[in-house]
Amino acid sequence: MTQTEFLNIVMPFKDKVFRVAKRLLISTEEAEDATQEILLKLWKNKKKMQEYKNIEAFSMTMTKNFCFDKLKSKQAQNLKIVHSNYEDGNTPLQKQVELNDSVNWVAKIIEELPEQQRLIVQLRDIEEYDLDEIAKMLEMNNTAVRVNLSRARKTIREKLTNTHNYGIK
Amino acid sequence: MVLNNIEKLLEKYDNGETSLKEEQLLKNYFTSDNVAPHLEMYKPMFAYFLVNQQEQFTKDVPLKTTRKFNYKWISVAAVAVLMLGFYFGTTASKDELGTYQDPQLAYNEVAKSLEMISKSFNKGTATVGYLNEVNKGASTLNYLNEIENSTSIIFK
Repeated sequence: MTQTEFLNIVMPFKDKVFRVAKRLLISTEEAEDATQEILLKLWKNKKKMQEYKNIEAFSMTMTKNFCFDKLKSKQAQNLKIVHSNYEDGNTPLQKQVELNDSVNWVAKIIEELPEQQRLIVQLRDIEEYDLDEIAKMLEMNNTAVRVNLSRARKTIREKLTNTHNYGIK
Repeated sequence: MVLNNIEKLLEKYDNGETSLKEEQLLKNYFTSDNVAPHLEMYKPMFAYFLVNQQEQFTKDVPLKTTRKFNYKWISVAAVAVLMLGFYFGTTASKDELGTYQDPQLAYNEVAKSLEMISKSFNKGTATVGYLNEVNKGASTLNYLNEIENSTSIIFK
């Protein structure tokens, strides 16, 4: 397999890998490193790659496992990843600032979800994968994914409703 | 009614039962401008999902294309070297060492070569003979000792 062939396969989903990694690891730099690592791993095993039916799903599983490993080692080191990637909205319009603010608020709510739920929300609502695909990627069964997804969505809605109604942050 | 439909979809959505198509409908609805006031709180969520879909990985990935060195060729080279070594080794050992079969002849030859060696050896020692002259000169310098004796007396 040549470099261009490899890139043709990998290009369509490398952003997805990055976003999923970022969802789990939170910091952009960490996610970039993780993505790089995963792509390099794929490149190293490019001979085996043709045997896999769905390379994208396989990469997602890899990403998940890699990030969980990373998080575990982080916890062992007692380090906390600090999220510092919020972009400040420089738009003068009050409304846009407000929207931007509440969008950040959504980011915060999702960040507070358990890792598993966070991952599922990412895969479903942002990357728009089929439930069956997600189940395969996460090595879970379909119902468990649905339950987790539903829980996550309900939590997000509840918190959003609270902030919306009371303006509490 | 559209609103009714959306509310139903939202309930399904919360239970994780919506299909991807239905979710797309929800996303379209909530990113549009005319969202019902009591559903306003969903707006940032769907906006967030859309914004996040656009994030891209911009870092380069250094894909190394160095081919692995083939160790097979090292063994091939080693075999070639060994073969050459054996070939030249066997041809060299065939050379004669110049052994004499007749003892008288051998004795004569040895005597001849020894004589030659002693001749040239003598030539070498003869040239070193002038070193004796140096010794002679050095002995004449012995009178310097006398001076030393006298000076030692003075300094006492």
